[in-house]
Amino acid sequence: MRIEISVNQQPLVAEVEPRLLLVHFIRDVLGLTGTHWGCDTSNCGACTVHLDGEPVKSCTVLAVRANGHEVTTIEGISAGADLSPLQEGFRAEHGLQCGFCTPGMIMTGTAFLKNTPNPSEAEIRTAISGNLCRCTGYENIVKAVRYAAEKSREEVSA
Amino acid sequence: MQVPARFDYEVASTVEEAIELLRRHGPEARLLAGGHSLIPMMKLRLASPEVVIDIHELDDELRYIQDDGGTLRIGALARHRDILESPLIRERYTILTDAEPTIADPLVRNMGTIGGALSHADPAEDLPAAFVALGCEVVVRGPDGERTIAIDDLYVGPYETTIEPGEIMTEVRVPRAPQASAYSKVERKAGDYASAALGVALHMSGGTIEDVRIGMGGVGSTTLRARRAEEVLKGERPGEELYRRAGEAAAGECDPIEDARGTPPYKRDLVRVLMGRAMEKAVERTA
Repeated sequence: MRIEISVNQQPLVAEVEPRLLLVHFIRDVLGLTGTHWGCDTSNCGACTVHLDGEPVKSCTVLAVRANGHEVTTIEGISAGADLSPLQEGFRAEHGLQCGFCTPGMIMTGTAFLKNTPNPSEAEIRTAISGNLCRCTGYENIVKAVRYAAEKSREEVSA
Repeated sequence: MQVPARFDYEVASTVEEAIELLRRHGPEARLLAGGHSLIPMMKLRLASPEVVIDIHELDDELRYIQDDGGTLRIGALARHRDILESPLIRERYTILTDAEPTIADPLVRNMGTIGGALSHADPAEDLPAAFVALGCEVVVRGPDGERTIAIDDLYVGPYETTIEPGEIMTEVRVPRAPQASAYSKVERKAGDYASAALGVALHMSGGTIEDVRIGMGGVGSTTLRARRAEEVLKGERPGEELYRRAGEAAAGECDPIEDARGTPPYKRDLVRVLMGRAMEKAVERTA
């Protein structure tokens, strides 16, 4: 089936089998390997991407479902070489250990902060409850999200 | 790597078109809404539909939550997230506001739909139990037009409903808002299916329980209604001893299986405890 998708604001056309999952389309067809393929059972969230701006688990979405829609992956989060506030937060707060969950955490966290610019710790923990960190490094992930929230507010008020 | 078996893919852009596609492709076709139950089952090859009819483009027709003169109407494509964000639900249908945060996780709730959750008929799913307590009816449309099914008549077995293969669920209706309602669940970890869950919706009159409905999830081969427990509660003044007797009745009405979430006696015990918790919360909310 022929699909037309915008990926990271680049329109593209591809011919795919209906059973191809979005995560494999992104990684294997487009070669965007920043999106990770983890549990394959919609539990771990390593494959999180934005579909029309909302975070979804791309292992549980058909690529054909994204036909005519907008997909953003971790590669589309920074503006060129400039890290996004949340990416910067992960670096500043040591928000990653092995790094496998990081792209998914950043996709979920980015969408979350857009809707909840001033989150409590409990809200952050709920927001990332669909993203699992096998290193169990949640403390610093929460700090990274909070760092990004504060940084974004400073930028707004500056 | 889990990959679904091959299937043909169709997209419906109206409800009428979805019904026509169902008619054309017959019983081996399946509707795909949020896909967060169907796609995992297809990946495990527990489901191998020959044709998948994607209905996500029906949002314009089927994604809404509205109050229609006291009747709550939820379009079948309303997402779990929409329920959580609805001020109307938060104000009058707290059982749903209780249940929703325990369902999977925020990412799944962005995709999962109410129609999908109810028609998938997983006996451990939360929304069916909550809607049994609310006494809703579901609206389905097929080649012969529209009909409503009372939720008490919807579930006939695990993953099995009285919706005909050619029909599509379009709406969930709650004819009368409860005076108060609550949902309580025990789960092993965040976002897990219920080890056991119980929801109540009630009306009080002069200090006694005038009317009550109870739904239970995860403790039988279908979502269950605890009718005997309802009879225990009706006409009585709320209190711990009454909840204990109702919990005992409900425990006797369920038929849990042994699995990773516990043994049947353990799950029955959860039902006894959950009855007290849900009733206490609901009665408190009548104040």
